[in-house]
Amino acid sequence: MKTILLEHVRSRLALHELQDGDGQSLLILHGLGQSSPTSVPSIAQVWQGPIFALDFTGHGQSSVPAGGGYTCEALMSDADAALAKIGSITILGYGLGGYVGLLLFGSRPSEVNGLAIMDGPGLDGGGGQPTSPKLLHVPDDELNGTSPDPWALAELSSDIRPPDYAEEHVGQIQALGSQDKAVAVCSLGRPEWLRAISNSPIVFETQAEQALEIFSAI
Amino acid sequence: MSDEVRTIRAAQPRAQRPDRMRRVDVGGLELSVLEWGSEASQPILLAHGGFDFAGTWDVFAPLLASRGLRVIAWDQRGHGDSDVSALYTWEADIRDAAQVIKSLRLTEPIPVLGHSKGGGMLNQLAEVLPGHIKAVINLDGIPNERGFSNQVDRSDIHALDGELKGWLDHRRRSAHVARRADSIEGLAERRRTMNPRLSVDWLKYLVTVGARHDKDGWRWKIDPTLRFGPSGAWRPQWAIPRLKGLRLPYLGIIGTVKEEMGWGTTPEEAFPILPTGAEFHALAETGHFVHIERPDDVADIVGDFLQRAL
Repeated sequence: MKTILLEHVRSRLALHELQDGDGQSLLILHGLGQSSPTSVPSIAQVWQGPIFALDFTGHGQSSVPAGGGYTCEALMSDADAALAKIGSITILGYGLGGYVGLLLFGSRPSEVNGLAIMDGPGLDGGGGQPTSPKLLHVPDDELNGTSPDPWALAELSSDIRPPDYAEEHVGQIQALGSQDKAVAVCSLGRPEWLRAISNSPIVFETQAEQALEIFSAI
Repeated sequence: MSDEVRTIRAAQPRAQRPDRMRRVDVGGLELSVLEWGSEASQPILLAHGGFDFAGTWDVFAPLLASRGLRVIAWDQRGHGDSDVSALYTWEADIRDAAQVIKSLRLTEPIPVLGHSKGGGMLNQLAEVLPGHIKAVINLDGIPNERGFSNQVDRSDIHALDGELKGWLDHRRRSAHVARRADSIEGLAERRRTMNPRLSVDWLKYLVTVGARHDKDGWRWKIDPTLRFGPSGAWRPQWAIPRLKGLRLPYLGIIGTVKEEMGWGTTPEEAFPILPTGAEFHALAETGHFVHIERPDDVADIVGDFLQRAL
């Protein structure tokens, strides 16, 4: 496994190359508190092209910033740094990585070929509607610079993911992307944001292997 | 201090740099905290707006101090003399505000005053830090359902596409970006595009406080990775019922002249959503920076309000 370090905004991101190959690239985005796999997951064995996996800021081998301030948009920007390095991609996103993948797809609809959303930590976030605001707290003795960053765990498990925000991004993909089948829901979990997009004609339910076969044929 | 800076500052005789400055650690980041007035006086915390810094209070804060207040302000992370951060969020800014209050080691709740974004932050701080906030004063930071004045129409696919891509493109570039160096006059002119109602002399003063002098010229200290938009998942209408539900003395002041940096909330929109019993002033022929355009009037209103509220 080769690891490329990307200097992005004020983070150093670890982008792992799990597989070399010809054809389009697959980018794996991990779940909340997780890190990239060190080898190609079994469900991605069907993928013939290069396979990369990114450690988000505060996770795995990427840098851990001081003071928290995590948002899914910032992690989308991390994934966009990988996109800039790799070129056009298909995304395999676990939990939080599935949601972040949707945000990136909606923001770069002509550079992402497809997205498979898998179960994993952080799929729900803090739900679809705001609840009573509170001051999050992480004890100082837990902030030792190691990953996963406790601020990431606290903030990205409580961020609000409104259904219409997810729908906006699917709308961008539908209007500006080129795929009839673009977002594969491969998860058992159905948080509010995921239920909201399921009626879109570009969203479909299938097994992960089948989704990757469809996307690899694009 | 150079002769040029001395001359520019002398042209603003009512502006006073703080009496005390210190640093507050917030989990590995340091915030710059400024104070005007006697340490024995009644404290009040001031929160500046987005893309501003605590030095923008240099006229208004001394006016409050002259009314017997200990005025505490801080540079939000990435702004002024505070540390830059890898990540920025509204919630983290509110945590930072709570840490600044905690650093004061007070035993009684205090009034807070915020401008623009700072006003919105303090609305939320009053809700999440009960027992620490005595009253809230909001200067042109009252929300409306439309969002910020410069917010994109999210139903416009191409406008939203431009905003999303523009933000990501900026972040792709920003690992190695620096703010453009310029003369003091040049920086003041550039800021005038965002602050068109403020005098060039005042903006030049702000350069001497909010910018640093490098070998190749002056640069704003604000983190160059910061940029407007996108607002993410946040919806402006979420803030309205929370504001209405506050139960503490509340003063709202807005300018009636719409500006790009403001919310553009009209008096008709603002008054009905304020907490029950709130005091409200809409200043005619005044823009977003009410405390800079009309410092004496706003200080008088604030002073009178605090006499009743405290």
